[in-house]
Amino acid sequence: MFDFGIITNWINDLLIGCMPGWAATLIECVIIGVLILLTYTVLALFYILYERKLCAWFQCRLGPMRVGPWGLLQVFADMFKILIKELISLKGTDKFLFKLAPYIIITSSVVMLACLPWGRGLQIIDYNIGIFFILAVSSVGVLGILLAGWSSNNKYTLIGAMRSGAQMISYELSLGLALMSIVVLAGTMNINELVALQEHAWFIFQGWLPAVVAFVIYVIAATAETNRGPFDLPEAEHELTAGYHTEYSGIHFGFFYLAEYLNLFIVSGIASLMFLGGWMPFHIAGWDGFNMVMNWIPGPIWFLAKAFFISYIIIWFKWTFPRVRIDQMLALEWKYMMPFALVNLIVMAVFVALGWTF
Amino acid sequence: MSVKDCISKICPSATFEEGDILLVNVPAEDWRKLATELKHNPELNFDVLTAVVGMDWKESLGVVYYFTATSRKWEMISVKVAVTDRENPYIYTVSDLWKVANFQEREVYDFFGIKFINHPDMRRFFLRNDWKGYPLRKDYDADPKLNPIPVDDEKNEDDTVSYVEQPDGTIKGIPGKVFKEGDYVVNVGPQHPSTHGVMRFRAAIDGEEVKKVDVVSGYIHRGIEKLCESLGYPQILHFTDRMDYMSAHQNRHCLCMCIEKAMGIVVPERAVVIRTMMDELMRISSHLLSFGCTAMDLGATTAFFYGFREREQILDIFEKTCGARMSMNYNVIGGVIADLHPDFVKDVKALLAIMPERLKEYHKVYSGNIIAKNRMVGVGHLSKEDAINYCITGPSGRGSNWSCDCRKKHPYAAYDRVEFDEVLLDGCDSYSRYMVRMKEIEQSCRILEQLVDRIPEGDIRAQVPKIVKLPAGHWYTQVEASRGTFGVYIESDGGKNPFRVHFQSPCFNLVGVMDLCCRGNMIADLITIGAALDFVIPDIDR
Repeated sequence: MFDFGIITNWINDLLIGCMPGWAATLIECVIIGVLILLTYTVLALFYILYERKLCAWFQCRLGPMRVGPWGLLQVFADMFKILIKELISLKGTDKFLFKLAPYIIITSSVVMLACLPWGRGLQIIDYNIGIFFILAVSSVGVLGILLAGWSSNNKYTLIGAMRSGAQMISYELSLGLALMSIVVLAGTMNINELVALQEHAWFIFQGWLPAVVAFVIYVIAATAETNRGPFDLPEAEHELTAGYHTEYSGIHFGFFYLAEYLNLFIVSGIASLMFLGGWMPFHIAGWDGFNMVMNWIPGPIWFLAKAFFISYIIIWFKWTFPRVRIDQMLALEWKYMMPFALVNLIVMAVFVALGWTF
Repeated sequence: MSVKDCISKICPSATFEEGDILLVNVPAEDWRKLATELKHNPELNFDVLTAVVGMDWKESLGVVYYFTATSRKWEMISVKVAVTDRENPYIYTVSDLWKVANFQEREVYDFFGIKFINHPDMRRFFLRNDWKGYPLRKDYDADPKLNPIPVDDEKNEDDTVSYVEQPDGTIKGIPGKVFKEGDYVVNVGPQHPSTHGVMRFRAAIDGEEVKKVDVVSGYIHRGIEKLCESLGYPQILHFTDRMDYMSAHQNRHCLCMCIEKAMGIVVPERAVVIRTMMDELMRISSHLLSFGCTAMDLGATTAFFYGFREREQILDIFEKTCGARMSMNYNVIGGVIADLHPDFVKDVKALLAIMPERLKEYHKVYSGNIIAKNRMVGVGHLSKEDAINYCITGPSGRGSNWSCDCRKKHPYAAYDRVEFDEVLLDGCDSYSRYMVRMKEIEQSCRILEQLVDRIPEGDIRAQVPKIVKLPAGHWYTQVEASRGTFGVYIESDGGKNPFRVHFQSPCFNLVGVMDLCCRGNMIADLITIGAALDFVIPDIDR
């Protein structure tokens, strides 16, 4: 696999060679900032089109077809439209918190995006507790939703925000426990090391049954965590019109919208890193020719393809299932998924202790 | 003992008028006594209050009630109660005996100003509380200066009044409140994605639990009944398509039947069969829409499109024959307006061929889904007794195991010639109501299969005089519309225009049980219950 560290190190050396260290760091930060925001936008635009097309095909429709070939430019048109829309300020809202909320949400998802490695050495933030850091940052997003619901001074948004608080805090438990099973298996929290350990077999194959169970729990919890159907109660449009972001307009609404799609990518990305080998190609022990071919496909493509596949499953959920009710959703988490994830964690620990892993 | 003898024993002052339905004239002071007997006397046992028609006979105001006895082959009776005092007309309420009267009497109060003694909540139903005058009275002054277009928002009026009879015989208005002090009231509608139109509910909630639902209606009320009084009979037909637009054919069929009954017109056989087939196609299309909307309200958007895909096919059939996809204006007095399109038989057969397969698909994608079942089973309990008491007819009533299909009880058109089953389920919940609709699609297909090859040749219309005039009198006709029993009351003074037309719409009763069904459920269930009851707002706001 090609190591992108070569390129980044070369740029770093080049900059340090012709300017003082602080200036080089500053320029690197700016470059990284621009790159990540660009990636963020492009990914969000891609996801919007991806979901619209998929949903259309599930529903015997064509989806956007007018702007550009197969409607490819539709999302750009939508983006420009939302950028030039008026930010309506409302009476009775808490102005500061109302404006702060979308930025909190978008910040949390940008930071999470920065933690994902796209290939060998192609990563922005690399901690020794990377996965822990991602979980922590993802919890900050709830704060933004709660603030949005509260500061809008609207009964619908408040109910949406309360639902969202209850939902995201609950499902974080089984999400964390499912990821912990893999951490137990791997023995590290560093994302790069996690991926490196999957060179010969992905964790979902290494861990046998407990890893598969953890994967299923993770996908369900991730669907809930990103507020997507069948768990889209915080913005249940048929009950609460648009839930916590009912009162937002223009790009502030756009931020919620982008963050929602990016969170979908991020949870899919984490699933791909933790269960499906991240940017590691698919290898079958013994089949050297096959493995060679697989190695030719670059790491970022592997990573993206796996993430898009998981997203496809989550989008498929949304457009097939009806929405669950708040009490049913909490019952599912606290009565079934969380105990199940706990037992699964113990089973995984036993498997690892007895060396039953692949 | 016949009903007549029984009533004259209870209330000797009552007089009788024979007609298609027996009419009993009762003085207002004896009305309460008779009403109690009508409900509880085992020989009368009229357990369904079918219609409440407010009337203004110029010299007196009053109400005509239509009752049905389910235990005696749906025998019907009507009772006329009149008062002469136009300033303060008081009539005893029957809303404690037949719960359906609660909203019905509010409507009568709204349009005729008749105050019902002991009614718990005597507010206007459709109009704003500050409206001046009672529009359906014959002496109503429609001068716009009296009721200018309001420029300020309507206040949330929590004040209500109940007229209670004091021990000394005087009547006193006791003020009350709709919601208690400190209730957290959430407004659902009038602009809301899931109220299926411009409908507004005010729900008092505690956390996620609904404590009380107050229905605020009238946002799209068009005063059809008032408009009818100044138009000729062929002209008023068009309004029926615009009430429950998903039962356009059935509603219009009902009005045509009522006028034909009054004029003694015999409809040609071909037209009868065509009308029956159109009614059933309409029913399928309505139930498909209902399936789609129920699914969408619960968040399953894809199922909605599946339902619409087949509905489009039915609308195509309508378009070819009637020239329109909605508001078809197809039935006319004496028959139908145009002959069937040459493709009609072929198209209907094509539809019948795909429907069984498609229904399986719906069940696979939605009805059998565990989340859908969890959302609907046991939600919005409505017992059979309540269904009868609130006169919840149609699929919603049959979901509570109440056999109330008009096509079986008073067969009309070609329904006595075809075989079909009345679908009854005893779940009494949203899921049963939903499943009744799905199974009724199968039954409607069965009816269509029997008729599609047996459309007789001949005229499509009977000879009808150029100027349609009804003899003096009054008539009441019912059909089974997509959402329940739809009734038409016509009173004529012998002129070209009706003296009074009343449309008894099934959705009006459906919305009356929202409070009963929603209490103790969650906010999300309010949407489920509304979707499964499947009311159409223009049918409420006639």
